[in-house]
Formats: sequence, C-alpha cells, structure tokens
Amino acid sequence: MSTSSKTKKHASSVFKFPKTPTGVEGLDEITEGGLPKGRPTLVCGGAGCGKTLLSMQFLIKGITEFNEPGVFMSFEEPSADLFINVKSLGFDLERLSSEKKLVIDHVRVERSEIEEAGEYDLDGLFIRLEYAINKVKAKRVVLDTLESLFSGLDNQAILRAELRRLFHWLKEKGVTAIITGERGEATLTRQGLEEYVSDCVILLDHRVIEQVSTRRLRIVKYRGSTHGTNEYPFLIDENGISVLPITSLKLDNEVSSDVVSTGVPGLNEMFKSGGFYRGSNILISGTAGTAKTTIAAYFANEQCRKKERVLYFAFEESPQQLIRNMRSIGLDLEPHVKKGYLQIHSSRPSLNGLELHLLTLRKLIKEFNPTTVVIDPISNLITVGSDHEVRSMLVRLIDMLKINNITAMFTSLSKQTEHIRPDLGEESVSSLVDTWLTVRDIEGVGERNRGIYIIKSRGVGHSNQVREFVITDDGIRLLDVEFGPNGILTGAARKTSELNKKIAALKLQNELDRKDREIYRKRKVLEANIDALKNEFESVEEELSILKATEDLHARLATNNTSNLKKKK
Amino acid sequence: MTKKVMEWQLRLYIAGQTPKSIKALDNIKKYAEEHLKGKYSIEIIDLLLNPQLAEGDQILAVPTLVRKVPVPIRKIIGDLSNEEKVLVGLDIKKTLVS
Repeated sequence: MSTSSKTKKHASSVFKFPKTPTGVEGLDEITEGGLPKGRPTLVCGGAGCGKTLLSMQFLIKGITEFNEPGVFMSFEEPSADLFINVKSLGFDLERLSSEKKLVIDHVRVERSEIEEAGEYDLDGLFIRLEYAINKVKAKRVVLDTLESLFSGLDNQAILRAELRRLFHWLKEKGVTAIITGERGEATLTRQGLEEYVSDCVILLDHRVIEQVSTRRLRIVKYRGSTHGTNEYPFLIDENGISVLPITSLKLDNEVSSDVVSTGVPGLNEMFKSGGFYRGSNILISGTAGTAKTTIAAYFANEQCRKKERVLYFAFEESPQQLIRNMRSIGLDLEPHVKKGYLQIHSSRPSLNGLELHLLTLRKLIKEFNPTTVVIDPISNLITVGSDHEVRSMLVRLIDMLKINNITAMFTSLSKQTEHIRPDLGEESVSSLVDTWLTVRDIEGVGERNRGIYIIKSRGVGHSNQVREFVITDDGIRLLDVEFGPNGILTGAARKTSELNKKIAALKLQNELDRKDREIYRKRKVLEANIDALKNEFESVEEELSILKATEDLHARLATNNTSNLKKKK
Repeated sequence: MTKKVMEWQLRLYIAGQTPKSIKALDNIKKYAEEHLKGKYSIEIIDLLLNPQLAEGDQILAVPTLVRKVPVPIRKIIGDLSNEEKVLVGLDIKKTLVS
C-alpha cells in the first residue's frame, strides 16, 4: 500500500495512519484524512439516512478526484435504479462504468427461489467480487446492505462465518471498503455486523425535532486514529452529501486593522476608527420597525460600491421585495445584483434545521466568496432551535466567517422591553460579536423616534450618545446632537427646541433693527439741528457783512465829499 | 451430456473441485438418474474458470444447482445432501405424480 509514499512525504513527522480520502465535503476533516486505507468501514443507520448515497459518493469521488476505480455491489437496488437515483445528484454512473472505472453489480437474493440443501459457502459472492475488482483494478469497494443476505438465506451459522471470511478477505485484497447496514434495536446494525467490521464505524442518523429534520453523522469508532467525536449534521443536496465543518477550537484567526465604512452618513463618525474593522462581526439589534434592515442594506450597498462582494441572507423578505423596499428610500441595490457584487439569498428559517442553514451559508460563502455577509435577521434562526443549539450554531458560523476574514453584519429582533438594554435572548450572541449597535424607539409624547447607539465595539473608541436618525425619501441620516436642558433632544422636542431658538434669534434681530432705526432717526434730528444752526450763523454773518459794507460806503462817500469841497474852494 | 434439448436442464455452479462440489455433483447425478432418467442434462460451471458467469444466474453461494428448464428458475444451494429438500426444490415429486 502507499504507506511508504505517505511516510516519505512526512519523513520528519510522526507516523501517519494511512487513509483514503472520501471526497465527501467535511467528512475528511472529521476523520482527519478519510477512511482507513485498505480496511472495511461500516456505515450504519436507519432507513433513508443516506447510507447508499454516502457510499456511492465515496466511490465516485474516488474515481473522479483520486483516480481510484471502484466496485459497487448492491444487495438492494438493481443497477438501473441506482443509475437513475444518483443521476439526479449529478453523478453519471453509466459513463464511469463504460470507461471501465466503475462496476456496479446487483446481487439479488430471492428467498422464494432458493432452497437450501446441505453445506455451502459464499464463494460465489467472493468470485463475483474478485472478478469485479480485477476488472477495473478497484481500490474502493462498497457492499450496500449486506444484511439483505440474512433475509435471503436461512443458515445463519454459515452466513456469519462467511461474512467474517469476507471482511478478512477484503483486508487481504487491500481495498478500502464501505459496508452499509441497517440500524438495529439494541445494536448498531440489525445483524450485529459491527462485530466483524471493527476498524471504523460511522453512524448516520435522521432525526426530526419539532418538525424540523436534521441528518447527523457520528464516528462511533476509528481504530488507530483520532477523529472528531461529536455528532455532525450533514446535508444532502443537489451536489450530494456535505458534512458540517468542525468548530475551530482555537481562536487564532488572523485579524485585520482595515476599516470598512458603515455606509450610513454620520454613523462612521461615532467610531473613532471611522467604521468597522474588516473581518469583525457586527450585531444590530432592535425592536420591530427600527430600521435594522435599512442599516444592513446601507452597509451592503456601501461595500458593493467599493466593488466588494456581499452575500445577503434575507430570512424575512424575498430579494425583489428587499430591492423594492430599499428603493423607496433612494437606495438602489439592483445594479449591484446585476453586476454580481451582491447576492441576495432568501429562504424561510423554518425551511431547514439550524445546522442545515449553517451548511447552506457555508456552501454559498464558498461558492460566492464574499468579503461581507449580512444575515437579516439572525433572530429568526433562533426560533428554529433551542438556545443551546443556536449558540453552538452561531459559534460555528462566526468561526467560519472569521477564518475567512469576512465582515459580517447580523440583525436581531429584540422584544420590546422597558430597559434600555436589549433582552436576554440576545445574550447568546452578544459575547460572540465584536460590535454591537442597538437601534431603538425613543417614545415621547405622541410620537416615536429612532435612536441608534453603540453598546460595544471591541478595539474601537466610540461615541456614547444616543443619536437620532431619520429615514426620508433620500435615505437614512443621522441628525446632529441637540442638547436640551434635560439632555439630548429628539423628535418634536428637538423641533421645539429648534423653533425656540429660531424665535429668539428673530426677536433679537428685530430688536437690533429697531435700535438701528432709532439711531438713524437721532442722527437725522442731529443733522437737522446742525443745519438750522448753520443757517442761523450764516444769516448773522451775512448781516454783519452788510453792516460792514454800508459802513465802508458811508466812509467813502464822506471822503469824496470832503475832497470835492476842497476843490471848490 | 447430449446435444438434444432435454425436458430438464440443470446447471451446477461450483468453485473448484472442493469436497462440497464433488459431493453435490454426486448427489444430483444420483437423484436425477433415479427420478429423471433420460429426461435431463447437467451443465457444470466452474466459477474459478469462468467468474463472469456468476452474475447471470445471481450466484452467491457455492455449490448452487439451478433448474433452468422447466421454468420458473429454481435454485438449490448446498451440497444437496438433503434429498427431500432437493426434490421439493426441483419440484420433481410433483411432476412424477401428475
């Protein structure tokens, strides 16, 4: 086997248990590399829990991704049925088998046709299997519900002995095998197959809790290797099975000091950094109708404008509805959708179990590769599961987002309470998020105003004020802080205060105008007085000059008379 | 045995000359001679030599005796040491009565 090649690769590291990757998303992570190489693995579970699919995916991925041909020996479904069943999941078995990479052999065990008379063994089965393995040089073998043999044959003693021989033989052949088995009452499988297959046992389960079904997978044992021991939810969708990733146990994700804008005018200024850190989680909580979605849409819009990809999960509205509603406040998301920056994904929370939602999120995130994710609202998910489940799901979700350095915004609907602090329902989230904004109603006399404030923001200095904001046809706007005698004013009080100020200013202006006019009049009077005095002075002056002239004339006349008299003499 | 199309066509699948297969062959020959003399043919298929033939008749266990004709196909697995069961399985007694 390729143990040597693996050890060569990790010459310096410790011995690594040889494993065969399954190619099933997530399963290889839980098993830390795959199923035990060259050994049989038992996959057991109740009806309809995905045993056949899991094993089929193991084979097909083996062929398509690892170039390991496989043999599928079905004891239940005829080959033709299998072809059709898995075709809907995108697996083309016909092509693979015509390429000589896959053999599908249907072993039909019909009790009515078979009579047992004396000693026998199952060499026929061995020969068929060996023939099939040799035909394609198979490395992977699936025996789908070997237990059907028990219903077809009477002699249990022979059967058990032969099964033991079969598993031994499979090991000798060096093929990695999956054997499926129906779940039994007290044992893992109805016929106690786990006695024979002891290397690795995987249990599949399909549970319905409160009308929501969840599939789960657990590794019961894995000899010679460590493995994840929890129950992991898994999803069957159009791409087959994917298992949920493990919660990262360490908090060692990289952090970024980049700042992303909130997109809401005025909100950036409430943070000393001017926005949120990239890769952080932001929770917006608030009661109904406090514009949580609007803020989230603004944030999404801002990121799209910067040509970053945003994935928007709307659990309340359809994409069209969201776009229409945002358009009413002057926010057009449609171009972003068309350009491919924004993807809106809507579904009802009750559609799936919590874990399935998480899986869907994970899948979409993987496909779309966004830098920003908005979940609106996260509280709707909370209604699906119990507190404990929700918390564990959120931890996984946030872990996943952090690992990918995705900025995430969650909105959360909180119940209307008297306290300024949001209700306890959000506690499950609060310790996980980095930034927590609350939008709330500020009720006054006959009116309701919206206020926003920051409850916490890790690593960023932030404002402690409750800022009022308004939503108009042109969008959302944070108003300037208005101080009143009893603190910050909002709504009508703010308007009153503004009006009062205006009136006061008007009054002052009037007063000033009046004074101005008075002075003007006074000046007018003064000037008139000056004119009158001037006139008086002028007339006096004139009188004086007339007097003087008369005096002169008299004098001259007198002199003339005197000289004339002298000449006559 | 003969080229002539027989009323009873039997096929015995074995995997090598194991004691069980030899015993089974001996047994079926004995019963056939006893009950179906001149009306039967037995074809022996060794799966070790022709593994691809196992799929056709859905052979799991060896030895397996298959009654091809008359239809419907019947299978009897084991070394055929239980004569009663073999005869019931092959429906031989019934035909003798009728």
